[in-house]
Amino acid sequence: MTCSEFLQELTDYLDQSMDARTKAELEDHLQWCHNCYVVCDTTKRTIEIYRDSKIYELPDDLRVRLRSAIIEKCKGAHAQPSEPSKSEPK
Amino acid sequence: MEAIESKVGEPTSDEAALVAAAKAGDIGAFEELVKRYDRNVFRIANHITQNREDAEDVVQDAFLKAYTNLGQFQGQSKFYTWLVRIAVNEALMRLRRRRPERMVSLDEDIKTEEDSMPREVADWSPNPEQQYNQAELKDILGKTIQGLPTGFRTVFVLRDVEGLSTEETAEALDLSVPAVKSRLLRARLQLRERLSKYFKRDGDGKP
Repeated sequence: MTCSEFLQELTDYLDQSMDARTKAELEDHLQWCHNCYVVCDTTKRTIEIYRDSKIYELPDDLRVRLRSAIIEKCKGAHAQPSEPSKSEPK
Repeated sequence: MEAIESKVGEPTSDEAALVAAAKAGDIGAFEELVKRYDRNVFRIANHITQNREDAEDVVQDAFLKAYTNLGQFQGQSKFYTWLVRIAVNEALMRLRRRRPERMVSLDEDIKTEEDSMPREVADWSPNPEQQYNQAELKDILGKTIQGLPTGFRTVFVLRDVEGLSTEETAEALDLSVPAVKSRLLRARLQLRERLSKYFKRDGDGKP
């Protein structure tokens, strides 16, 4: 297996969505190819850092404000077939 | 190597009941759904639009649209996947409005494979994120992901940050599974390459 072939399989490898034979071939490649080992390890850590740090958190006060705005708009905008009386526009 | 666990938006048994109640006009049930997914929708919208005000508008518009179109939700996919699809479309629309000069599309297959080939193969420090305080780290992560093409950024956020499966990501973005995989690989490799600048060990092997 070449480094380029390894890279093509990297996403499936990190997601563990591959058959046992391909996985064994990839792990064999990792045993002797330090560069691919580093790329694989640091890619995994890239994903973990983004997943764990969750940038763009919704602050609580904004969250409450958005939610009440959404609900108000829903009450005003929608005519549910079963409850037409709720459809009065605001 | 262990698989990377990422399960967000897994439906709970009561979700179908909440959706059914909301469909029947129970606004309280819909509010529960908003509470369940508003943070996710806000993050996705912020990542795509790169603008907080737009993200706030997307959250409102996406939930409103979901509510008014609940009748069309057939339950073949998860409610969350359906909602994400609406939110992504709203966010892309805002991005296009803000940047009419640039083509914004999830379909554009940018450049060749070359752009994702690793050039930086230095190992990282054991805990590189600890070299920075939380605000610095968020700034680095934000700046780094903003540099990715929209299609790559969106696939990465849905798949790796929000934890949709490859199939769900494909469904939410109206892309094929191979297209999602190709973009995901390139997004991951490009982010890794850019983060290496901040996180790699020094030349002497010390962090």
